[in-house]
Amino acid sequence: MNDLHTTKAFDIDLQDLSRMVAEMGGLAEKQVADAVDALAKRDTNLAQRVTTADAAIDALQREIEEKSVLTIARRQPMAVDLREIVGALRVANDLERIGDLAKNIAKRVIALNAEFPPPKLIRGVEHMTDLVLEQLKAVLDAYGRRDDTKAMAVWRGDEEIDAVCTSVFRELLTYMMEDPRNITFCIHLMFCAKNIERMGDHATNVAETVHYIIDGNPITERRPKGDTTTIAALTGAGGK
Amino acid sequence: MSMATFTVPTVTNAASNKEDLVEKVTVQNLDFFYGDHRALKNINVSLYHGKVTAFIGPSGCGKSTLLRILNRMYDLYPNQRATGTVRLDNDDILAPSQDLNLLRAKVGMVFQKPTPFPMTIYENIAFGIRLYENLPKSELDGRVQQALQRAALWEEVKDKLGANGLSLSGGQQQRLCIARTVAVRPEVILFDEPCSALDPISTAKIEELIDELKEDYTIAIVTHNMQQAARVSDFTAFMYLGELVEYGDTTRMFTTPSDRRTQDYITGRFG
Repeated sequence: MNDLHTTKAFDIDLQDLSRMVAEMGGLAEKQVADAVDALAKRDTNLAQRVTTADAAIDALQREIEEKSVLTIARRQPMAVDLREIVGALRVANDLERIGDLAKNIAKRVIALNAEFPPPKLIRGVEHMTDLVLEQLKAVLDAYGRRDDTKAMAVWRGDEEIDAVCTSVFRELLTYMMEDPRNITFCIHLMFCAKNIERMGDHATNVAETVHYIIDGNPITERRPKGDTTTIAALTGAGGK
Repeated sequence: MSMATFTVPTVTNAASNKEDLVEKVTVQNLDFFYGDHRALKNINVSLYHGKVTAFIGPSGCGKSTLLRILNRMYDLYPNQRATGTVRLDNDDILAPSQDLNLLRAKVGMVFQKPTPFPMTIYENIAFGIRLYENLPKSELDGRVQQALQRAALWEEVKDKLGANGLSLSGGQQQRLCIARTVAVRPEVILFDEPCSALDPISTAKIEELIDELKEDYTIAIVTHNMQQAARVSDFTAFMYLGELVEYGDTTRMFTTPSDRRTQDYITGRFG
Protein backbone atom coordinates (compact mmCIF):
# COMPACT_ATOMS: atom_id res chain seq x y z
CA MET A 1 0.00 0.00 0.00
CA ASN A 2 2.28 2.73 -1.18
CA ASP A 3 -0.05 4.67 -3.40
CA LEU A 4 -2.81 6.70 -1.93
CA HIS A 5 -6.45 6.61 -2.91
CA THR A 6 -7.94 9.30 -5.06
CA THR A 7 -10.33 9.84 -2.16
CA LYS A 8 -8.07 10.90 0.71
CA ALA A 9 -10.78 10.29 3.30
CA PHE A 10 -10.65 6.59 2.42
CA ASP A 11 -6.94 6.48 3.29
CA ILE A 12 -7.70 8.18 6.59
CA ASP A 13 -10.43 5.60 7.33
CA LEU A 14 -8.02 2.73 6.70
CA GLN A 15 -5.24 4.37 8.69
CA ASP A 16 -7.62 4.96 11.59
CA LEU A 17 -8.64 1.32 11.60
CA SER A 18 -5.02 0.20 11.58
CA ARG A 19 -4.17 2.57 14.40
CA MET A 20 -7.10 1.35 16.51
CA VAL A 21 -6.03 -2.27 16.03
CA ALA A 22 -2.47 -1.36 17.05
CA GLU A 23 -3.78 0.42 20.13
CA MET A 24 -5.87 -2.62 21.01
CA GLY A 25 -2.79 -4.80 20.59
CA GLY A 26 -0.84 -2.64 23.01
CA LEU A 27 -3.60 -2.89 25.59
CA ALA A 28 -3.86 -6.66 25.18
CA GLU A 29 -0.11 -7.06 25.64
CA LYS A 30 -0.23 -5.06 28.83
CA GLN A 31 -3.18 -7.04 30.15
CA VAL A 32 -1.40 -10.35 29.61
CA ALA A 33 1.81 -9.12 31.28
CA ASP A 34 -0.10 -7.64 34.22
CA ALA A 35 -2.26 -10.73 34.76
CA VAL A 36 0.73 -13.05 34.96
CA ASP A 37 2.61 -10.48 37.06
CA ALA A 38 -0.28 -10.48 39.50
CA LEU A 39 -0.12 -14.26 39.61
CA ALA A 40 3.64 -14.33 40.24
CA LYS A 41 3.58 -11.55 42.85
CA ARG A 42 0.32 -12.72 44.45
CA ASP A 43 -0.94 -9.20 43.86
CA THR A 44 -4.72 -9.27 44.04
CA ASN A 45 -4.92 -5.48 43.62
CA LEU A 46 -3.19 -5.68 40.27
CA ALA A 47 -5.44 -8.63 39.35
CA GLN A 48 -8.44 -6.47 40.18
CA ARG A 49 -7.16 -3.72 37.93
CA VAL A 50 -6.71 -6.20 35.08
CA THR A 51 -10.34 -7.33 35.35
CA THR A 52 -11.62 -3.76 35.08
CA ALA A 53 -9.20 -2.71 32.33
CA ASP A 54 -10.62 -5.34 30.00
CA ALA A 55 -13.57 -3.07 29.28
CA ALA A 56 -11.29 -0.69 27.35
CA ILE A 57 -10.29 -3.50 24.96
CA ASP A 58 -13.92 -4.49 24.45
CA ALA A 59 -14.85 -0.89 23.73
CA LEU A 60 -12.09 -0.60 21.13
CA GLN A 61 -13.28 -3.76 19.45
CA ARG A 62 -16.78 -2.34 19.15
CA GLU A 63 -15.35 0.87 17.72
CA ILE A 64 -13.35 -1.09 15.14
CA GLU A 65 -16.44 -3.05 14.17
CA GLU A 66 -18.51 0.08 13.74
CA LYS A 67 -15.81 1.82 11.75
CA SER A 68 -15.33 -1.25 9.52
CA VAL A 69 -19.03 -1.61 8.77
CA LEU A 70 -19.29 2.08 8.02
CA THR A 71 -16.24 2.03 5.76
CA ILE A 72 -17.54 -0.98 3.83
CA ALA A 73 -20.93 0.70 3.40
CA ARG A 74 -19.41 4.00 2.39
CA ARG A 75 -16.53 2.94 0.14
CA GLN A 76 -17.43 -0.51 -1.19
CA PRO A 77 -13.78 -1.54 -0.87
CA MET A 78 -12.21 -4.02 -3.27
CA ALA A 79 -9.21 -6.34 -3.20
CA VAL A 80 -6.48 -5.24 -0.76
CA ASP A 81 -8.70 -2.54 0.79
CA LEU A 82 -11.41 -5.06 1.56
CA ARG A 83 -8.83 -7.41 3.03
CA GLU A 84 -7.47 -4.57 5.18
CA ILE A 85 -10.91 -4.06 6.69
CA VAL A 86 -11.77 -7.74 7.07
CA GLY A 87 -8.28 -8.16 8.55
CA ALA A 88 -8.87 -5.39 11.10
CA LEU A 89 -12.13 -7.07 12.15
CA ARG A 90 -10.45 -10.43 12.55
CA VAL A 91 -7.40 -9.16 14.40
CA ALA A 92 -9.64 -7.14 16.72
CA ASN A 93 -11.59 -10.30 17.45
CA ASP A 94 -8.45 -12.25 18.36
CA LEU A 95 -7.13 -9.42 20.52
CA GLU A 96 -10.43 -9.20 22.34
CA ARG A 97 -10.21 -12.92 23.10
CA ILE A 98 -6.64 -12.49 24.35
CA GLY A 99 -7.95 -9.74 26.65
CA ASP A 100 -10.65 -12.08 27.95
CA LEU A 101 -8.12 -14.81 28.66
CA ALA A 102 -5.91 -12.36 30.57
CA LYS A 103 -8.96 -11.27 32.55
CA ASN A 104 -9.69 -14.91 33.34
CA ILE A 105 -6.17 -15.37 34.72
CA ALA A 106 -6.66 -12.26 36.87
CA LYS A 107 -9.93 -13.67 38.21
CA ARG A 108 -8.15 -16.86 39.19
CA VAL A 109 -5.50 -14.84 41.04
CA ILE A 110 -8.33 -13.23 43.00
CA ALA A 111 -9.99 -16.61 43.61
CA LEU A 112 -6.75 -18.13 44.89
CA ASN A 113 -6.57 -15.31 47.44
CA ALA A 114 -4.00 -16.35 50.03
CA GLU A 115 -3.55 -19.87 48.84
CA PHE A 116 -0.61 -19.55 46.49
CA PRO A 117 1.38 -22.29 44.82
CA PRO A 118 5.14 -22.57 45.24
CA PRO A 119 7.02 -20.09 43.00
CA LYS A 120 8.74 -22.96 41.23
CA LEU A 121 5.42 -23.99 39.71
CA ILE A 122 4.59 -20.49 38.58
CA ARG A 123 7.93 -20.23 36.79
CA GLY A 124 6.72 -22.57 34.05
CA VAL A 125 3.67 -20.39 33.48
CA GLU A 126 5.86 -17.28 33.47
CA HIS A 127 8.12 -18.85 30.89
CA MET A 128 5.11 -19.59 28.69
CA THR A 129 3.96 -16.01 29.12
CA ASP A 130 7.33 -14.67 28.01
CA LEU A 131 7.09 -16.76 24.87
CA VAL A 132 3.51 -15.66 24.18
CA LEU A 133 4.30 -12.00 24.74
CA GLU A 134 7.20 -12.32 22.32
CA GLN A 135 4.90 -13.85 19.73
CA LEU A 136 2.24 -11.22 20.34
CA LYS A 137 4.72 -8.39 20.04
CA ALA A 138 6.18 -9.87 16.85
CA VAL A 139 2.80 -10.41 15.24
CA LEU A 140 1.57 -6.91 16.11
CA ASP A 141 4.77 -5.59 14.62
CA ALA A 142 4.16 -7.71 11.51
CA TYR A 143 0.64 -6.25 11.31
CA GLY A 144 1.89 -2.69 11.72
CA ARG A 145 4.55 -3.09 9.04
CA ARG A 146 2.50 -5.41 6.84
CA ASP A 147 5.44 -7.83 7.01
CA ASP A 148 4.46 -11.23 5.68
CA THR A 149 7.81 -12.89 6.45
CA LYS A 150 7.61 -11.86 10.08
CA ALA A 151 3.98 -12.97 10.31
CA MET A 152 4.85 -16.38 8.92
CA ALA A 153 7.69 -16.70 11.46
CA VAL A 154 5.15 -16.13 14.25
CA TRP A 155 2.80 -18.61 12.64
CA ARG A 156 5.48 -21.30 12.68
CA GLY A 157 6.78 -20.36 16.13
CA ASP A 158 3.79 -21.44 18.22
CA GLU A 159 5.16 -24.94 18.65
CA GLU A 160 7.48 -24.02 21.56
CA ILE A 161 4.63 -22.55 23.62
CA ASP A 162 2.65 -25.72 23.11
CA ALA A 163 5.61 -27.83 24.22
CA VAL A 164 6.18 -25.79 27.41
CA CYS A 165 2.45 -26.00 28.13
CA THR A 166 2.63 -29.78 27.93
CA SER A 167 5.54 -29.90 30.37
CA VAL A 168 3.77 -27.52 32.81
CA PHE A 169 0.78 -29.86 32.72
CA ARG A 170 2.92 -32.88 33.55
CA GLU A 171 4.54 -31.06 36.44
CA LEU A 172 1.19 -29.97 37.87
CA LEU A 173 -0.11 -33.51 37.59
CA THR A 174 2.67 -34.87 39.74
CA TYR A 175 1.97 -32.21 42.38
CA MET A 176 -1.69 -33.14 42.49
CA MET A 177 -0.86 -36.79 42.84
CA GLU A 178 1.56 -36.07 45.66
CA ASP A 179 -0.98 -34.34 47.85
CA PRO A 180 -4.71 -33.78 47.20
CA ARG A 181 -4.49 -30.41 49.02
CA ASN A 182 -2.51 -29.12 46.05
CA ILE A 183 -5.36 -29.82 43.68
CA THR A 184 -7.18 -26.46 43.97
CA PHE A 185 -4.29 -24.22 43.09
CA CYS A 186 -2.92 -26.71 40.59
CA ILE A 187 -6.24 -26.68 38.73
CA HIS A 188 -6.21 -22.89 38.69
CA LEU A 189 -2.65 -22.88 37.43
CA MET A 190 -3.54 -25.43 34.81
CA PHE A 191 -6.28 -23.18 33.51
CA CYS A 192 -3.88 -20.23 33.55
CA ALA A 193 -1.40 -22.25 31.49
CA LYS A 194 -4.14 -23.30 29.10
CA ASN A 195 -5.27 -19.68 28.79
CA ILE A 196 -1.77 -18.61 27.86
CA GLU A 197 -1.51 -21.43 25.38
CA ARG A 198 -4.79 -20.21 23.82
CA MET A 199 -3.33 -16.71 23.58
CA GLY A 200 -0.53 -18.20 21.51
CA ASP A 201 -3.15 -19.69 19.21
CA HIS A 202 -4.76 -16.28 18.82
CA ALA A 203 -1.37 -14.81 17.98
CA THR A 204 -1.04 -17.36 15.17
CA ASN A 205 -4.55 -16.43 14.01
CA VAL A 206 -3.41 -12.83 13.77
CA ALA A 207 -0.37 -14.03 11.80
CA GLU A 208 -2.71 -15.82 9.38
CA THR A 209 -4.74 -12.64 9.00
CA VAL A 210 -1.64 -10.55 8.31
CA HIS A 211 -0.65 -13.04 5.63
CA TYR A 212 -4.16 -12.86 4.16
CA ILE A 213 -4.12 -9.06 4.09
CA ILE A 214 -0.81 -8.99 2.23
CA ASP A 215 -1.09 -12.03 0.01
CA GLY A 216 -4.83 -12.36 -0.53
CA ASN A 217 -4.76 -16.11 -0.10
CA PRO A 218 -5.07 -18.23 3.02
CA ILE A 219 -2.02 -20.20 4.17
CA THR A 220 -2.11 -23.68 2.70
CA GLU A 221 0.72 -25.27 4.62
CA ARG A 222 0.02 -27.18 7.86
CA ARG A 223 0.96 -25.54 11.11
CA PRO A 224 3.38 -27.45 13.37
CA LYS A 225 1.64 -28.52 16.60
CA GLY A 226 3.38 -29.10 19.91
CA ASP A 227 0.45 -29.29 22.30
CA THR A 228 0.00 -32.83 23.58
CA THR A 229 -1.63 -31.95 26.91
CA THR A 230 -4.60 -34.21 26.29
CA ILE A 231 -2.34 -37.19 25.79
CA ALA A 232 -0.02 -36.12 28.63
CA ALA A 233 -2.95 -35.96 31.03
CA LEU A 234 -4.06 -39.47 30.14
CA THR A 235 -0.66 -41.15 30.29
CA GLY A 236 0.40 -39.08 33.31
CA ALA A 237 -2.65 -40.00 35.36
CA GLY A 238 -3.09 -43.57 34.32
CA GLY A 239 0.50 -44.65 33.84
CA LYS A 240 2.11 -43.98 37.22
CA MET B 1 3.35 3.54 -14.24
CA SER B 2 5.36 1.56 -16.76
CA MET B 3 3.69 -0.16 -19.65
CA ALA B 4 6.82 -2.07 -20.55
CA THR B 5 5.92 -5.11 -18.50
CA PHE B 6 2.84 -6.00 -20.49
CA THR B 7 2.21 -9.70 -20.81
CA VAL B 8 -0.55 -11.53 -22.57
CA PRO B 9 -3.19 -12.22 -19.94
CA THR B 10 -4.51 -15.68 -19.47
CA VAL B 11 -7.69 -16.94 -17.90
CA THR B 12 -6.68 -17.98 -14.44
CA ASN B 13 -8.66 -19.75 -11.75
CA ALA B 14 -11.21 -20.73 -14.33
CA ALA B 15 -8.88 -23.39 -15.62
CA SER B 16 -10.52 -26.10 -13.54
CA ASN B 17 -13.87 -25.72 -15.26
CA LYS B 18 -12.53 -24.48 -18.54
CA GLU B 19 -13.63 -27.62 -20.35
CA ASP B 20 -17.24 -26.66 -19.60
CA LEU B 21 -16.78 -23.32 -21.30
CA VAL B 22 -17.93 -22.89 -24.87
CA GLU B 23 -16.07 -20.17 -26.70
CA LYS B 24 -18.58 -18.05 -28.56
CA VAL B 25 -16.53 -15.05 -29.55
CA THR B 26 -12.79 -15.25 -29.96
CA VAL B 27 -10.64 -12.17 -30.32
CA GLN B 28 -7.04 -12.71 -31.40
CA ASN B 29 -4.25 -10.20 -31.93
CA LEU B 30 -6.76 -7.44 -32.48
CA ASP B 31 -5.56 -3.92 -33.26
CA PHE B 32 -7.82 -1.02 -33.97
CA PHE B 33 -7.08 2.34 -35.53
CA TYR B 34 -8.91 5.64 -35.53
CA GLY B 35 -7.02 7.08 -38.47
CA ASP B 36 -3.40 6.86 -37.35
CA HIS B 37 -4.23 6.45 -33.69
CA ARG B 38 -3.86 2.89 -32.45
CA ALA B 39 -6.75 2.59 -30.00
CA LEU B 40 -6.48 -1.13 -29.31
CA LYS B 41 -3.22 -2.98 -28.98
CA ASN B 42 -2.99 -6.70 -29.54
CA ILE B 43 -6.16 -7.72 -27.74
CA ASN B 44 -6.72 -11.40 -27.02
CA VAL B 45 -9.91 -12.34 -25.23
CA SER B 46 -12.77 -14.81 -25.41
CA LEU B 47 -16.46 -14.52 -24.62
CA TYR B 48 -18.10 -17.71 -23.45
CA HIS B 49 -21.62 -18.94 -24.04
CA GLY B 50 -23.82 -18.60 -20.97
CA LYS B 51 -21.32 -16.31 -19.27
CA VAL B 52 -21.11 -12.60 -18.67
CA THR B 53 -17.80 -10.92 -19.40
CA ALA B 54 -17.29 -7.44 -17.99
CA PHE B 55 -14.90 -4.90 -19.45
CA ILE B 56 -13.64 -2.31 -17.02
CA GLY B 57 -11.11 0.47 -17.24
CA PRO B 58 -10.81 4.25 -17.19
CA SER B 59 -12.44 6.36 -19.89
CA GLY B 60 -10.68 6.11 -23.20
CA CYS B 61 -9.06 2.76 -22.49
CA GLY B 62 -10.75 1.15 -25.49
CA LYS B 63 -13.45 -0.97 -23.90
CA SER B 64 -16.33 0.58 -25.86
CA THR B 65 -14.19 0.47 -29.00
CA LEU B 66 -13.71 -3.26 -28.47
CA LEU B 67 -17.45 -3.76 -28.01
CA ARG B 68 -18.17 -1.82 -31.21
CA ILE B 69 -15.88 -4.12 -33.16
CA LEU B 70 -17.85 -7.19 -32.15
CA ASN B 71 -20.82 -6.13 -34.30
CA ARG B 72 -18.80 -4.05 -36.77
CA MET B 73 -20.41 -0.86 -35.56
CA TYR B 74 -17.20 0.97 -36.50
CA ASP B 75 -18.04 0.34 -40.16
CA LEU B 76 -20.44 3.24 -39.90
CA TYR B 77 -17.52 5.64 -39.61
CA PRO B 78 -14.75 6.41 -42.09
CA ASN B 79 -11.03 6.02 -41.36
CA GLN B 80 -11.53 3.32 -38.78
CA ARG B 81 -10.04 -0.10 -39.26
CA ALA B 82 -9.43 -3.27 -37.33
CA THR B 83 -6.73 -5.88 -37.90
CA GLY B 84 -6.44 -9.31 -36.35
CA THR B 85 -9.06 -11.98 -35.95
CA VAL B 86 -12.50 -11.81 -34.35
CA ARG B 87 -14.59 -14.93 -34.72
CA LEU B 88 -18.19 -15.61 -33.82
CA ASP B 89 -18.21 -19.38 -33.63
CA ASN B 90 -16.24 -20.05 -36.80
CA ASP B 91 -17.41 -17.01 -38.67
CA ASP B 92 -14.85 -14.25 -39.23
CA ILE B 93 -16.55 -11.06 -38.10
CA LEU B 94 -13.92 -8.82 -39.68
CA ALA B 95 -14.14 -10.43 -43.13
CA PRO B 96 -15.13 -7.88 -45.80
CA SER B 97 -17.71 -10.36 -47.07
CA GLN B 98 -19.46 -10.38 -43.68
CA ASP B 99 -23.21 -9.70 -43.94
CA LEU B 100 -23.50 -6.81 -41.51
CA ASN B 101 -27.26 -6.98 -41.11
CA LEU B 102 -27.09 -10.62 -40.23
CA LEU B 103 -24.13 -10.01 -37.92
CA ARG B 104 -25.97 -7.28 -36.03
CA ALA B 105 -28.98 -9.55 -35.65
CA LYS B 106 -26.71 -12.16 -34.10
CA VAL B 107 -24.79 -9.63 -32.02
CA GLY B 108 -27.25 -7.25 -30.41
CA MET B 109 -26.29 -4.10 -28.57
CA VAL B 110 -27.78 -2.04 -25.75
CA PHE B 111 -26.43 1.46 -25.26
CA GLN B 112 -25.75 3.76 -22.37
CA LYS B 113 -28.77 5.95 -23.03
CA PRO B 114 -32.05 4.23 -23.77
CA THR B 115 -32.72 4.66 -27.49
CA PRO B 116 -36.33 3.69 -28.16
CA PHE B 117 -37.69 4.55 -31.60
CA PRO B 118 -40.34 7.31 -31.61
CA MET B 119 -43.10 4.80 -32.21
CA THR B 120 -45.41 2.63 -30.15
CA ILE B 121 -44.06 0.13 -27.66
CA TYR B 122 -45.37 -2.66 -29.89
CA GLU B 123 -43.74 -1.23 -33.00
CA ASN B 124 -40.43 -0.71 -31.23
CA ILE B 125 -40.18 -4.49 -30.95
CA ALA B 126 -42.02 -5.55 -34.12
CA PHE B 127 -39.93 -3.22 -36.29
CA GLY B 128 -36.75 -5.20 -35.75
CA ILE B 129 -38.41 -8.57 -36.19
CA ARG B 130 -39.93 -7.51 -39.51
CA LEU B 131 -36.49 -6.61 -40.81
CA TYR B 132 -35.44 -10.22 -40.63
CA GLU B 133 -38.60 -12.28 -40.73
CA ASN B 134 -41.96 -12.14 -42.40
CA LEU B 135 -44.40 -13.36 -39.77
CA PRO B 136 -48.21 -13.47 -39.67
CA LYS B 137 -49.75 -10.99 -37.22
CA SER B 138 -50.59 -13.57 -34.56
CA GLU B 139 -47.09 -14.94 -34.54
CA LEU B 140 -45.61 -11.45 -34.48
CA ASP B 141 -47.82 -10.61 -31.47
CA GLY B 142 -46.46 -13.68 -29.74
CA ARG B 143 -42.87 -12.70 -30.45
CA VAL B 144 -43.44 -9.15 -29.18
CA GLN B 145 -44.97 -10.49 -25.97
CA GLN B 146 -42.15 -13.00 -25.57
CA ALA B 147 -39.51 -10.33 -25.99
CA LEU B 148 -41.21 -8.01 -23.51
CA GLN B 149 -41.54 -10.86 -21.03
CA ARG B 150 -37.88 -11.77 -21.49
CA ALA B 151 -36.97 -8.16 -20.72
CA ALA B 152 -39.21 -8.20 -17.61
CA LEU B 153 -41.31 -5.36 -19.02
CA TRP B 154 -44.47 -7.18 -20.12
CA GLU B 155 -46.42 -6.77 -16.88
CA GLU B 156 -45.81 -3.03 -16.91
CA VAL B 157 -46.76 -2.36 -20.54
CA LYS B 158 -49.18 -5.11 -21.60
CA ASP B 159 -52.16 -2.75 -21.35
CA LYS B 160 -50.54 0.08 -23.27
CA LEU B 161 -48.69 -1.51 -26.15
CA GLY B 162 -50.00 1.30 -28.36
CA ALA B 163 -48.40 4.00 -26.22
CA ASN B 164 -45.32 5.77 -27.46
CA GLY B 165 -42.05 4.11 -26.39
CA LEU B 166 -40.74 7.48 -25.31
CA SER B 167 -43.52 7.83 -22.75
CA LEU B 168 -41.92 5.16 -20.59
CA SER B 169 -39.55 5.90 -17.70
CA GLY B 170 -35.79 5.70 -18.29
CA GLY B 171 -35.50 2.26 -16.75
CA GLN B 172 -38.49 0.99 -18.73
CA GLN B 173 -37.08 2.48 -21.92
CA GLN B 174 -33.83 0.62 -21.33
CA ARG B 175 -35.71 -2.63 -20.82
CA LEU B 176 -37.67 -1.87 -23.99
CA CYS B 177 -34.33 -1.61 -25.80
CA ILE B 178 -33.29 -4.93 -24.30
CA ALA B 179 -36.60 -6.43 -25.44
CA ARG B 180 -35.96 -5.03 -28.93
CA THR B 181 -32.52 -6.64 -28.93
CA VAL B 182 -33.81 -9.97 -27.66
CA ALA B 183 -36.72 -9.98 -30.15
CA VAL B 184 -34.49 -10.71 -33.13
CA ARG B 185 -33.06 -13.71 -31.31
CA PRO B 186 -29.41 -12.76 -31.09
CA GLU B 187 -26.64 -15.05 -29.86
CA VAL B 188 -24.52 -12.38 -28.25
CA ILE B 189 -25.71 -9.26 -26.41
CA LEU B 190 -23.37 -6.33 -25.86
CA PHE B 191 -24.22 -3.90 -23.08
CA ASP B 192 -22.40 -0.59 -23.23
CA GLU B 193 -22.84 0.99 -19.78
CA PRO B 194 -26.52 0.03 -19.75
CA CYS B 195 -27.23 1.42 -16.28
CA SER B 196 -25.24 4.62 -16.14
CA ALA B 197 -28.32 6.73 -16.80
CA LEU B 198 -30.63 4.77 -14.52
CA ASP B 199 -31.70 5.01 -10.88
CA PRO B 200 -30.70 2.23 -8.43
CA ILE B 201 -34.00 0.32 -8.69
CA SER B 202 -33.92 0.31 -12.50
CA THR B 203 -30.26 -0.66 -12.31
CA ALA B 204 -31.11 -3.60 -10.05
CA LYS B 205 -33.80 -4.70 -12.53
CA ILE B 206 -31.37 -4.60 -15.44
CA GLU B 207 -28.79 -6.53 -13.43
CA GLU B 208 -31.39 -9.13 -12.53
CA LEU B 209 -32.29 -9.30 -16.19
CA ILE B 210 -28.69 -9.80 -17.28
CA ASP B 211 -28.48 -12.64 -14.80
CA GLU B 212 -31.54 -14.29 -16.38
CA LEU B 213 -30.50 -13.61 -19.96
CA LYS B 214 -27.06 -15.12 -19.56
CA GLU B 215 -28.50 -18.61 -19.50
CA ASP B 216 -29.33 -18.32 -23.18
CA TYR B 217 -26.86 -15.78 -24.48
CA THR B 218 -23.26 -14.76 -24.49
CA ILE B 219 -23.06 -11.41 -22.78
CA ALA B 220 -20.44 -8.68 -22.70
CA ILE B 221 -20.87 -5.59 -20.57
CA VAL B 222 -18.87 -2.40 -20.36
CA THR B 223 -19.34 -0.66 -17.06
CA HIS B 224 -17.73 2.04 -14.98
CA ASN B 225 -19.39 0.70 -11.90
CA MET B 226 -16.89 -1.72 -10.38
CA GLN B 227 -19.41 -3.22 -8.00
CA GLN B 228 -21.73 -3.86 -10.91
CA ALA B 229 -18.99 -5.70 -12.79
CA ALA B 230 -18.28 -7.73 -9.66
CA ARG B 231 -21.98 -8.54 -9.24
CA VAL B 232 -23.07 -9.46 -12.75
CA SER B 233 -20.05 -10.94 -14.49
CA ASP B 234 -18.33 -14.30 -14.53
CA PHE B 235 -15.19 -12.99 -16.17
CA THR B 236 -13.65 -9.56 -16.00
CA ALA B 237 -11.20 -7.88 -18.33
CA PHE B 238 -9.33 -4.80 -17.22
CA MET B 239 -8.22 -2.51 -20.03
CA TYR B 240 -5.86 0.42 -19.86
CA LEU B 241 -4.53 2.65 -22.66
CA GLY B 242 -5.75 0.29 -25.35
CA GLU B 243 -4.24 -2.80 -23.78
CA LEU B 244 -5.93 -5.71 -22.10
CA VAL B 245 -3.98 -5.68 -18.87
CA GLU B 246 -5.61 -8.56 -17.05
CA TYR B 247 -8.40 -10.97 -17.77
CA GLY B 248 -9.75 -13.65 -15.50
CA ASP B 249 -12.33 -15.04 -13.18
CA THR B 250 -14.33 -12.14 -11.73
CA THR B 251 -14.04 -13.41 -8.17
CA ARG B 252 -10.29 -13.38 -8.38
CA MET B 253 -10.05 -10.13 -10.31
CA PHE B 254 -11.83 -8.24 -7.55
CA THR B 255 -10.20 -9.97 -4.60
CA THR B 256 -6.64 -10.78 -5.63
CA PRO B 257 -5.82 -9.21 -9.00
CA SER B 258 -2.33 -10.11 -10.14
CA ASP B 259 -1.44 -6.93 -12.00
CA ARG B 260 -0.63 -3.85 -9.97
CA ARG B 261 -2.52 -1.61 -12.42
CA THR B 262 -5.68 -3.67 -12.00
CA GLN B 263 -5.40 -3.44 -8.24
CA ASP B 264 -4.80 0.32 -8.36
CA TYR B 265 -7.80 0.81 -10.63
CA ILE B 266 -10.33 -1.29 -8.76
CA THR B 267 -9.31 0.10 -5.38
CA GLY B 268 -9.52 3.70 -6.59
CA ARG B 269 -5.82 4.52 -6.55
CA PHE B 270 -5.55 5.60 -10.17
CA GLY B 271 -4.00 8.89 -11.17
